Amino acid sequence: MMATLNETPLAEPAAHAGRSPTMWQYAGITAILVIVCILPFAVSGYRVSQFSQVLIYAIAMLGLNILTGFNGQISLGQGAFYAIGAYTTAILLDKTGIPYWATVPIAGVICLAAGFLFGLPALRLEGLYLALATLALAVATPQILKCKGFDQWTGGVQGIQLDAPAAPFGLPLNPDRWIYYFCLIWTIALFVMARNLLRGRTGRAIIAIRDHPLAAETMGVDTALYKSLTFGVSAMYTGIAGALSALLSAYVSPDSFPVFLSIKFLVGSVVGGIASLSGVFLGALFIEFMPNFADQISKAAPDAIFGMFLIALMYLMPKGAIGVLDFIAVRCLGRKRGNGRGTRVSHRVVI
Amino acid sequence: MQGFLHQLLSGLANGGIYASVALALVMIYQATHLVNFAQGEMAMVSTYIAWAMLDAGFPYWAAFGLTLVFSFIGGAAIERIIIRPVERGPVLTIVIVFIGLLLILNSLAGWIFSYTVKSFPSPFPSTTWYGSKYMSSHEVGMIVVTLAVLTLVFLFFRFTPLGLAMRAAAQNPVSSRLVGIRVGWMLAFGWGLAGAIGSVAGMMAAPIVYLDPNMMSGIVLYGFAGALLGGIDNPWGAALGGFLVGVLENIAGAYVVGTELKLTVALVIIVGVLVFKPAGLFGRTLVARV
Repeated sequence: MMATLNETPLAEPAAHAGRSPTMWQYAGITAILVIVCILPFAVSGYRVSQFSQVLIYAIAMLGLNILTGFNGQISLGQGAFYAIGAYTTAILLDKTGIPYWATVPIAGVICLAAGFLFGLPALRLEGLYLALATLALAVATPQILKCKGFDQWTGGVQGIQLDAPAAPFGLPLNPDRWIYYFCLIWTIALFVMARNLLRGRTGRAIIAIRDHPLAAETMGVDTALYKSLTFGVSAMYTGIAGALSALLSAYVSPDSFPVFLSIKFLVGSVVGGIASLSGVFLGALFIEFMPNFADQISKAAPDAIFGMFLIALMYLMPKGAIGVLDFIAVRCLGRKRGNGRGTRVSHRVVI
Repeated sequence: MQGFLHQLLSGLANGGIYASVALALVMIYQATHLVNFAQGEMAMVSTYIAWAMLDAGFPYWAAFGLTLVFSFIGGAAIERIIIRPVERGPVLTIVIVFIGLLLILNSLAGWIFSYTVKSFPSPFPSTTWYGSKYMSSHEVGMIVVTLAVLTLVFLFFRFTPLGLAMRAAAQNPVSSRLVGIRVGWMLAFGWGLAGAIGSVAGMMAAPIVYLDPNMMSGIVLYGFAGALLGGIDNPWGAALGGFLVGVLENIAGAYVVGTELKLTVALVIIVGVLVFKPAGLFGRTLVARV
């Protein structure tokens, strides 16, 4: 799994975007890639870390969107897998001599397994009950991490301190910028992988299970297998995001993974559009930067605004920001979505 | 043995709080078939209202009664204004709206009353004839209050026309509408009752866990566990489930997993019940016909 991941061509997601992407799409994607590549040199050090955090949130939300938006399994407990990923990296760096870049795929594999295992009992739960069980998981996570039995590895309440990774091959980058590019490489690779996963046969099965489980099963889709695999893949994405976040903040502690973290992912996904892949970037920008502005009003304001956005979006634009952009593109530019957007068309049905 | 008895009884007292929360959850589940994720935050806001009234010099039981009224109105208003438009929407939409409600209530409480932890008085003085070395008087009081709430709810549903109408609306909305029951309002009443019962849980819990905007996050998890264990469509089952969870939690915390993993007990109960006996101990098993 990880081998294919590392071999995924990193540049030009345009080639995967549609069967016949137009020149404009190429131009747009190239422009975005250029902007994200020069971004760390255009802003100050603290902002660079914030943009790295945006990329990390985007990866985690890709996982949530695959699970909830495309497969229809509601998860309020992604923070738990984020924590597992972060702790895997932290413990590996703390106790073994494994280089930091190798800990990220290991965290991914461990979360894949953890997600698959949690996905098995989750098979029997639907809708509200799955949301409830995953919410319980998220609430219990900090307590489990603090548990005395594991504190020789996890560091208990104190958590684990790490060193920020330095740029390899003598690249002239400070740690902030290097971790940004490291996250960017992972983001692009995982985005392309999610795209390919959802565009093919597997993706059709995943979406069919969401839209009509019974019909999917009748058509020969192994519902149980696909659902638990989707849970695993989703946990893998979120776990990789967690591992990157441990490298970024160079510190993990039980209180970095409150239940609110899982809710934040949900907010971001909903704002960007929960059944879209590119929406995660808008959602991630929102959850990272909105609190900066709202904090000036009151300490409680970010949460209040998150809550109001959730409810208002459900009433007014359930497909999120990407849905609105789509709508504008179709209405104002009079552009029809091409055939290559097959999955996009079919997942317009959501929410 | 004495230690065990102590754990058992104080578990029973905590169970009273969980039973109230579970009962509140059932009120909403019966009316609308939704699990209210924001139940804990609703109870927390009610408790703050009670605190504000006590702070302004109201006698305890007057504040208690006024809080019940306020919570009833608040619960019904939330149903009418926020839940009604999405009631028939997909589950994901509803879950997201509940989470939004949870965030809003939590942050508003923090905004208005600040995040500093406040103490909340108990109506049961610490030296009374019913307090003992096994159970403090507040613990005895909690159990009594919970049983009183249960009895009142039972009497309401069994002997009043409104209770009958509510049961009818929950069981068969279409026929109820035909005989002139205003089903929409019955659902709002269900939410109002849930708000009032939840506020009792909040006011009973606050002297123990202290008052802050996150005071209910653990309690509501045990409430979920209790409701699921007893059967979320059965009020008595859910209340009994709440007591059971309280006892299980305390015994497990004291002898098995240690106090620091108590929330995990709730997680295990929730997942265990949902996987092995989704209808709970006393719930009706629903068979879907395809």
